[in-house]
Amino acid sequence: MNKFIETIIEKSIILIAFSTVAVLFLIAFFIFKEGIPFLAQYGLPGFLTGSTWLPGEDKFGILPMIIGSIYVTLGALIVGVPLGVGSAIFLVEFANKRIRNIIKPAIELLAGIPSVVYGFIGIMVLAPWVRINFGGSGLSILTASIVLGIMILPTIISITMDSLTALPSVYKEGSIALGATTWQTVIMVLLPGAKSGILAGIILGMGRAIGETMAVIMITGNAIRIPTSLYDSVRTMTSNIALEMGYALGIHRSALFANAVVLFGFIMILNTIAILIINKRSK
Amino acid sequence: MNPKFIQKIASVALGTAMLVTLSVLIFIIFYILYQGLPIVSMEFLTTPIRDMGKSGGIFPTIISTFYLAFLSICIAAPLGIGTAVFLTEYTRENTVTRVIRFTTDCLAGIPSIIFGLFGFVFFVIYLGFGWSILAGSLTLATMMLPTIIRTSEEAIRAVPEGFREVTYGLGGSKWQSVTEIVLPKAFPGILTGIILSMGRAVSETAALIFTAGMSLHTPVSVLSSGRSMAVHFYTIAREGISLQMAFGTAAVLIVTISIINISSYLLMHKYMRKYA
Amino acid sequence: MRISWKAAIFILLFVLFIYVSFTAKPVLPIRLAGSTAFQPFAEKLAEKYMEEHPSITVDVQGGGSAVGIMASQQGIVDIGMADMLSLPHDIDYLERTVVARDGIAVIVNPANKANEISFDQLGKIFSGEINNWKDVSFDNAPIRVISREEGSGTKKSFDQLVLNGKKLTREAMFQDSNGTIRETVRSDPNAIGYISIGYLTSNVKPLLIDGIAATNENVKAGIYKISRPIFLILKANPKDAARKFLNYLLEAEAQKIIASDGLIPVK
Repeated sequence: MNKFIETIIEKSIILIAFSTVAVLFLIAFFIFKEGIPFLAQYGLPGFLTGSTWLPGEDKFGILPMIIGSIYVTLGALIVGVPLGVGSAIFLVEFANKRIRNIIKPAIELLAGIPSVVYGFIGIMVLAPWVRINFGGSGLSILTASIVLGIMILPTIISITMDSLTALPSVYKEGSIALGATTWQTVIMVLLPGAKSGILAGIILGMGRAIGETMAVIMITGNAIRIPTSLYDSVRTMTSNIALEMGYALGIHRSALFANAVVLFGFIMILNTIAILIINKRSK
Repeated sequence: MNPKFIQKIASVALGTAMLVTLSVLIFIIFYILYQGLPIVSMEFLTTPIRDMGKSGGIFPTIISTFYLAFLSICIAAPLGIGTAVFLTEYTRENTVTRVIRFTTDCLAGIPSIIFGLFGFVFFVIYLGFGWSILAGSLTLATMMLPTIIRTSEEAIRAVPEGFREVTYGLGGSKWQSVTEIVLPKAFPGILTGIILSMGRAVSETAALIFTAGMSLHTPVSVLSSGRSMAVHFYTIAREGISLQMAFGTAAVLIVTISIINISSYLLMHKYMRKYA
Repeated sequence: MRISWKAAIFILLFVLFIYVSFTAKPVLPIRLAGSTAFQPFAEKLAEKYMEEHPSITVDVQGGGSAVGIMASQQGIVDIGMADMLSLPHDIDYLERTVVARDGIAVIVNPANKANEISFDQLGKIFSGEINNWKDVSFDNAPIRVISREEGSGTKKSFDQLVLNGKKLTREAMFQDSNGTIRETVRSDPNAIGYISIGYLTSNVKPLLIDGIAATNENVKAGIYKISRPIFLILKANPKDAARKFLNYLLEAEAQKIIASDGLIPVK
C-alpha cells in the first residue's frame, strides 16, 4: 500500500515538473496561433521590412518598431554596462565586506521597484530635462536609454558579481603575489576569466530592455518612424503591442500578435545565447 | 605610466560608477517618498476610489494587490516547489532535466507583455474567466514559476546529503525524507523565493492590464475584476488624473516593495548563517 | 505524517480562503468597458445607480472603443462603449443606442501664442503640410503633433472629419488616451493634440476653430463641427439588469448628469 502511494506521488511530481514546459508550450502555441496565419497571409519579409504601419489601410510594416527596440536597447546597454560592470568590480575587488553587505541588498531593491515608477520618474524628471537641454519633445531615445539603462543595472551587477566571485581565488592571489596592483589583476586576470559570465549578464539585461513595456510607453512618445537623432521619439515592439492591443480588431489584432511572435523570436534567441554561455561556463 | 597611479584612477572611476548607481536608487526612493508620504494617511489607505482616482483612497487596489499576490502564490508555489523537488530528489541529470531547466530559464526571460497577451487569449477568452483576479493570478503564477523553481532548487540542494541518508537508514521512504527532512530544512530558502515572487506580483503592470482588468471596485470573488496598486498608479499617473494621488500610491508601492525585499533579505541572511 | 497545529491552522485558513473566493458570488456585476471618453461618465452614473439599487454592482472599465466593440461581441462585458462616427458592420447584429454626443477640442500648451486656427490649417498641421508654428501664429518653433492611437474611436472620427482622406504626418507621436494627450500637451509648449471636450482642464488651451470655441453649446447648435456620437452596445442575449441600466442612462435624470459634466445629451 505504501509502495503504491509512493508511486502515485512520484508520478504526480514528474507531472508537476513539466509545468514549465507546458506553460512555455501554451504561451508559444496561443501567441503563434493568433499570429502565424497573419504572417502567412501578409508575408514575413513584408512585415519585417515594411516601414509603414497604417492598420487603417491594412499596411503592417514593423521595421520602425524593430529599429526603435534596437536603438533603445543599445542605448540602455551604453548607459547600463559601464555603470553596472564598474559597480560590480568595485564591490567585489575594491570595497570591503561591510560596504558590500549594505549595498548588495540596496541594488536588489533597485530591481524590485516597479517599472511604472521608473517610467513616471522618466516623465516627471528626465523628459523635461532632456527637452530643455537638448530640444525635441523630451520623449526620446535618449530618455528611454537612460531609464532602461538604470533598470537593467541590477541584472548586470548581480551576474557580474557572481561570476567574479566564482573565480578560483588562486587567480587573484597569484597575480597579486607577482606584484600586480588590484586594477592590473582585474584587467589581466579577473575580467578575462569572468568574461563569459559578464557577457551572459549583459545579454540578460538586453533581454530585459527589449521586453520592457510600461516604462517605455511612458517615455518614448511612440512615434512610428525611423528615428534620425537621439532626441527623436520612437516606438518599440513592446509598446506597439501594448498601445494598440486595446484598440485592435480583426486583422489589426492579428498583426499585433504577429508582432508578438517576432518579439518572442528575438527574446528566445537572446535567451538561448545567454543560457548556452552560462552552461558552457559551468561545465 | 605608473601602475600605482593607474590603480588610483581606476578605483576612483569604479567608485564613481558605484556612487552613480547608488545615488540613482536613493534619488528614486526619496523623490517618491518625499512627494508621496504626506498624502498617505489612514483615510487614503482605507477609503474607496472616488471620481476615477481624482479623490478618495486606494483601498480597493490594496485588496486587489493582496488578492492577486496571494492567489498567484497559492498556484505557483506547489508547482514550483514540486518541480524543484523533482529536479533534486527524483532524478539525475539527463535530457529531461536539461529540457526542464532550459524552459525554466526561457520562461524567466519572456517579457511581461507576452505573458499578458497569453493570459488574455488563454485565461480571459479561451477559458472564459473574463478580466478577473483569477485570470490575473494564473498569469502572474506562470511568470513566478522560474524564480520559485530556482530558489527552491538551490535551497534544497543546500540541505546536506547526510540528512536524507539518515531517513533511509531508518527505513523511511523517499517521500518521507522529502516532507519530513528536506523541505523543512530548505523552508527558509524556499520562502525567500516565494517572497521575492510576491514582489514581482506587486510591481507587475503590463500583464495585469490585459488579464485582471481595471475595475475600480473592491474585488469580492476570484471572478471579479480588480486593479492592483501598480496598475492604478500607472493609470492615474499617465492620464494626469491626479498627481497627488499618483505620488501617494507610488509611495505605498515603494514601501510595500521595500518591506518585501528587506524581509526576504533578512530571512536569507538568517538562513545562510545557520548553514555556513 | 505529523502535522503541527500551526500547519493545521494555516491549511484551514487556506481552504477557507479558497472556499470563500470561489463561492462568494454576489449578483454578477453589470460590466461595461470601452471608450475612455465616456468612461468617467459611466463611472459616475454607475455610482449613482448603485446607490439607488444597492443589490446591483456595475463595473466600468476603459480600454478604448475597440475594446468596447470586441468585448461586447465576445460577451466579455454586458455593455460595450464606443465613440466613433459609425460602428463596424461585423457587429450589425448587436443592439446599440447612442447615449450622448461628444465634441473633440483641439488643444495646445497655455504658453503657445496661437489662440485660433482655421479648419483648413488644422488639416494641414495634422497631415504635416504645416510643420512650424510660424505659419499659424508668431512663434518660430516646430509643431509636434500628438495623435490618439490607431483604432481609437476619437482618432477615427477626428481623422475622418479633419484629415479628410489625407494621411496623418509620419512625425506624429502617439498617446493612448485623452488624459495622456492632455499631459503631453501640458508639458510641451510646441505640441498640439485633440481630446474630448469633457476632458478639458485649465492646464491646456483649446483653440478656436474658424473662430468657434469648442463648447457643448456650439456642438449642440451644430456650428462646431468636430464631434461624434457615443454608442452603447449590448452583448447578444443581454441580461435584464444590463438592459435596465442602459435604459436608466437614457432617462432624463441621467442625461442631466451627462450634460452637466460636459457631454451633449441625446434627449
